Amino acid sequence: MQECVLKIEDLKVSYGGIQAVRGISFEVNKGEIVTLIGANGAGKSSTLRTISGLVKANGGRVTFMGEDITGKDSTEIVSKGLMMVPEGRRIFPNLTVLENLKVGAYLRNDDLSEDLEMVFHYFPRLKERSWQAGGTLSGGEQQMLAVGRALMGKPKLLMMDEPSLGLAPIVVQGIFDIINEIHSSGATVLLIEQNANMALHVADRAYVIENGRISLSGTGKELLEDEKVKSAYLGSGGKG
Amino acid sequence: MEYVISVLLSGISVGGQYALIAIGYTLVYGILRLINFAHGDVFMVAGLMGIYFTAVLPISLSLPLVIILTVLLGFTIERVAYKPLRDAPRMSVMISAIGVSYLLQNTATYVTGGQPMTYPTIPFLSGTVNVAGTQTKWVVILTPILVLTLVVLLSLLINRTKVGMAMRAVSKDFETSRLMGIRINSVISVTFIIGSALAAVGSVLFFTNYPAITPMAGAMPGLKAFVAAVFGGIGSIPGAVIGAFIIGICETIIKGLPSSWDVSVFSDAFTFALLILILVFKPQGLFGEAATDKV
Repeated sequence: MQECVLKIEDLKVSYGGIQAVRGISFEVNKGEIVTLIGANGAGKSSTLRTISGLVKANGGRVTFMGEDITGKDSTEIVSKGLMMVPEGRRIFPNLTVLENLKVGAYLRNDDLSEDLEMVFHYFPRLKERSWQAGGTLSGGEQQMLAVGRALMGKPKLLMMDEPSLGLAPIVVQGIFDIINEIHSSGATVLLIEQNANMALHVADRAYVIENGRISLSGTGKELLEDEKVKSAYLGSGGKG
Repeated sequence: MEYVISVLLSGISVGGQYALIAIGYTLVYGILRLINFAHGDVFMVAGLMGIYFTAVLPISLSLPLVIILTVLLGFTIERVAYKPLRDAPRMSVMISAIGVSYLLQNTATYVTGGQPMTYPTIPFLSGTVNVAGTQTKWVVILTPILVLTLVVLLSLLINRTKVGMAMRAVSKDFETSRLMGIRINSVISVTFIIGSALAAVGSVLFFTNYPAITPMAGAMPGLKAFVAAVFGGIGSIPGAVIGAFIIGICETIIKGLPSSWDVSVFSDAFTFALLILILVFKPQGLFGEAATDKV
């Protein structure tokens, strides 16, 4: 029996009269990488934003570590151990690299040095640049910083919204290598991607979202072989 | 020579007083992108409170009370008039600020009956001291020292503490700050608390030099402090302080020119002419932020 970290039941979300998410259910178990793939506007980001408390759900339930967190505010959700790497990286350009990492640990009052070492181990580049302003980093470095920042919150669940967006393929490969590494250290990850090929390769399980509903689910491997997924999301060898 | 020194000293002092108000504008703008039009009136109310409290209480008690209640006023204004409009267009918040400004002015008129009120003499500020051969009030000497001390403390708070880090994060990105667990509303309140406390200190220093306070007494210094904040680059604390000193000194020099030149009445016009020039040649102000954001 696997321990369920995140359970979504019949989640519905609307933005200004448009229903972006129309009743989605899925779960993430401890130690898994689960990915939600789908086209632009399918409702992936809305789902993530609702889980993290930025957007209020219109219906359904979000259970995190056995506790109902539907409608709770972000601060409370973060304090329970749910960290997000937002779409477009959103690092703080005016804070130094080190401060960006510390902000990720904003609600912690314990010693950060061990976790800083861990982040610098994953991303040695960040250590070299720890005194630089976040805004001076390249896109790929900013993505590393965004991931490192989230790790500093000691997440029980790490959610990533389109980490490959706008990055060169070689950088994307690097980011996914790290996701794999973080995963093998025992972390639980919920990953949202348009780059279905990359996402399905790292994922234990995957869900395909279409028009605000889940149209397909299975293990990463199963979906990679699925004819519908191949034609709709992978094209010839994927978009990545 | 002695005359020049006394003009310069008083310019530095006036500049310091503008600086204490200007920081409140620039801090709030930095986080909310809001020109808090009520700030000058909060300053005026602090002045009036100084008058009423010193009438019944010893100075050692009234001054801390003025600061505490001004902070409470600033905090309440934000919670009541700005916070409910957090997701509204910026223009709505600005109109709300203008509303609060008039509310404070009208309330002050109601309470004082519109009569100019005499600010009390505060012994350690009004006493005179001899500097380089000129007699001057202690407040003139104390103001720049106090301003610089407060600015250093504020910079330490912003650059070295966790709250300060949260303020800088929130000033760039509300949503991501929330994803880090930062309570946006608390950080915004802290900003208003600091701004109001500095305005309260400023009111004591400023009004000590002026014979009387009217309900409109906050408008002009408030406006000049705002110009100082824009001059220095709104959002920047060092900018606001330097801008305020420049405006204070220039204004006092113009006022101090020989009366036969007949220019002293234009000292306020000068301030705004300066603002126009800045906006034409350096729209982001002296220390306005250069965009470092990479997309």
